[in-house]
Amino acid sequence: MKLRYFAWVRERIGKPEEEIEPPAGVATIADLVTWLSGRGEEYAHAFENPRVIRAAIDRAHVRSDAAISGAREIAFFPPMTGG
Amino acid sequence: MAATVRLQREPFDAASEAEKLRRGRSDIGAVVTFTGICRGDEADAPLVAMTLEHYPDMADAEIARHVAAAERRWPLLGVAVIHRYGRIQPGEDIVLVVTAAAHRQDAFAAAEFLMDYLKTRAPFWKQIELAGGGGTDKIWVEAKRSDDALADRWAPSSGRRAAE
Repeated sequence: MKLRYFAWVRERIGKPEEEIEPPAGVATIADLVTWLSGRGEEYAHAFENPRVIRAAIDRAHVRSDAAISGAREIAFFPPMTGG
Repeated sequence: MAATVRLQREPFDAASEAEKLRRGRSDIGAVVTFTGICRGDEADAPLVAMTLEHYPDMADAEIARHVAAAERRWPLLGVAVIHRYGRIQPGEDIVLVVTAAAHRQDAFAAAEFLMDYLKTRAPFWKQIELAGGGGTDKIWVEAKRSDDALADRWAPSSGRRAAE
């Protein structure tokens, strides 16, 4: 699946997107955040406060308990500040 | 009803967008035009510029979804939403919401609803450049709790965070 990062999540991780294949057992957005956090300091820094991280699956907002199975594109970003 | 939703780097012309909605029609009795503008200061610090990052495909879809929700909720006769992205200087326009209805209450309410949702749910992020000692400091704008509260008041059961 494709991961996309925006704003300071993108800056901390150091790239706008990547392709990943999470291991079996990574079932939800929260699981994915935990798994990504273990991939390196830049991920741990980006996800150090999971409560402020927002997520979207295939371009629709989801909660952290949303299942990721079948997702093509998952995005992580800070709370939005448009308008 | 055909609504206009546009994301663009270029400036927009608020007056001509409002005019387009009502041209040749006599059923519209009220047009509300809201323009959000980049201020020249942030917490008393002079602002050099603001850069809006967005999630292109999701932003379109998310705004269109909220326009459709506004159309279900109020008897609207026209809607236009234009949101800019990229680097914007103080004094320049950022966002435009135009709503048209037979009566003013519906046009006002729908415009406010759309702005409250754009602030908290549309995938845009503002980074500001402040004039610092040896150059400019780039700072991501933090989401305001007061904006969440404003968006929440439109939710079916108030007090619940609108994370769906």
